[in-house]
Amino acid sequence: MLMMQFSQAAAEFPAIGTWKPEEVERHIAFMGEVNAALTEAGEWVSGEGLADPAELKIVRAGADGAPVVTEGPFPETKEFLAGYWIVDVESPERAIELAARISTAPGPGGRPLNMPIEVRQIMDAPAPDAW
Amino acid sequence: MTEFAFEGLLRDLAPQVLGVLTRRFGDFAAAEDAVQEALLAAFQQWPAQGVPGNSRGWLIQVAHRRLIEQIRGADARRRRESSAFQLSAPLADAEVADRDDTLDLLFLCCHPALSRASAIALTLRAVGGLTTAEIARAFLVPEATMAQRISRAKRTVQSGFSEPGDLDAVLQVLYLIFNEGHTSSAGPSLLRVELSAEAIRLTRAVRALRPESAEVGGLLALMLLTEARAPARTGPVGELVPLAAQDRSRWDAAAIAEGIALVHEVLPRGPVGPYQVQAAIAALHDEAPSAEATDWPQILALYGVLERLTPSPVVALNRAVARAMVEGPAAGLATLDALAADERLARGHRLPAARAHLLEMAGARAEAAEAYRLAAARTASVPERNYLTLRAARLAE
Repeated sequence: MLMMQFSQAAAEFPAIGTWKPEEVERHIAFMGEVNAALTEAGEWVSGEGLADPAELKIVRAGADGAPVVTEGPFPETKEFLAGYWIVDVESPERAIELAARISTAPGPGGRPLNMPIEVRQIMDAPAPDAW
Repeated sequence: MTEFAFEGLLRDLAPQVLGVLTRRFGDFAAAEDAVQEALLAAFQQWPAQGVPGNSRGWLIQVAHRRLIEQIRGADARRRRESSAFQLSAPLADAEVADRDDTLDLLFLCCHPALSRASAIALTLRAVGGLTTAEIARAFLVPEATMAQRISRAKRTVQSGFSEPGDLDAVLQVLYLIFNEGHTSSAGPSLLRVELSAEAIRLTRAVRALRPESAEVGGLLALMLLTEARAPARTGPVGELVPLAAQDRSRWDAAAIAEGIALVHEVLPRGPVGPYQVQAAIAALHDEAPSAEATDWPQILALYGVLERLTPSPVVALNRAVARAMVEGPAAGLATLDALAADERLARGHRLPAARAHLLEMAGARAEAAEAYRLAAARTASVPERNYLTLRAARLAE
């Protein structure tokens, strides 16, 4: 699973809403190409972009089990998940290669954003001969 | 018979057969299993032996036998004697011959006790003849999840037909199926179920059964007139192209002609319902050679009618945009300001998106860009967010 983490503290680029139109266009096209290439290679399993963190809600069960909903945004929120890809790849090295590719999504001035992509293995059932 | 025509025939016949058996035995879930087995038998035998002359009767007889075997098997343990009479009585000729229970089946699948999501799934399975795998793929959920959802729905409506159903509920489910196909763009295209096409096919079937209902005609017209624009609605990488910027030469002229003819046929019948009004609005858009040359005064009047028939924040929003096209952006913005108090609109993305468009029309570039950014942050649709973000960027230059 490749997770696109946005970190407000570590972000070295301005919000996408302030980019030039051609920069936005190039970024969108890059993400489209990445997804098409993953599908083409048979590595795409699923992927989703997540809506703006300002829309998030945090839910806890109250004393009686009823939901207690707290709505965002939270000024103290430093990091949030912007989206993820689940890929089925031959090796951990390939997952890292893909994450690096995604990290180069173009930003202002067409420069790569080099945003952090968290790579984590999804847990699986043991292989039949593992026990 | 080509494979395509063969499959089409089975899909047309399956709901009729299911309808007959459900009416006869009052057990929807058991009837559905029996029909699936009869379809399987047809798939195995017809290609080699040819399609029987009375293909509908053939399917009914096979499904009927399967159902009897099923019920006998289940009954054997409990009430071996009591049900024999009902089971062995042959089906009346009329049931086999010409009675069409498809509409009753639709009413059953759109039962008010079901959630809309379950009603949609059950309708696609029982009336549309789609496999569970296809429906799951169309709604992007695992097949096991969809199978459970359909089983739950079947249990809910188990007891079969009761009083005549609510045609409005059926039309609503068909419209939801249509919209699902219209807005979704995910999934591998080869196996993807074309939900819009399926909704149009089912609505045509309902129209054949209830030709006197003007709202059925209105819904079919609305679907045709909306679907006609589909080829121009998205760009090369799936990006959203707004109505005003669409290449109208790519619209489907035949679908538009059929839709407009339908509108002209049903509208004069009165009383006019919301689907007919929406179809009339879609017809005005489809007839216009360009966004500017659209008959906006008439669209504004029709939104007024629609707002009286089915008041909703979305209708009010569309009416404000039409008002801006007729009376200028200031008038439209004043209407929008009055809507800002509506809780349902205040939190969503539609209101800021509409405001952004009207502010842009009015030349308030900075304010418009701000509204586009707000709308982009609030939408949960990727193509929509991309479109709004790009629009904001263009204005900020």
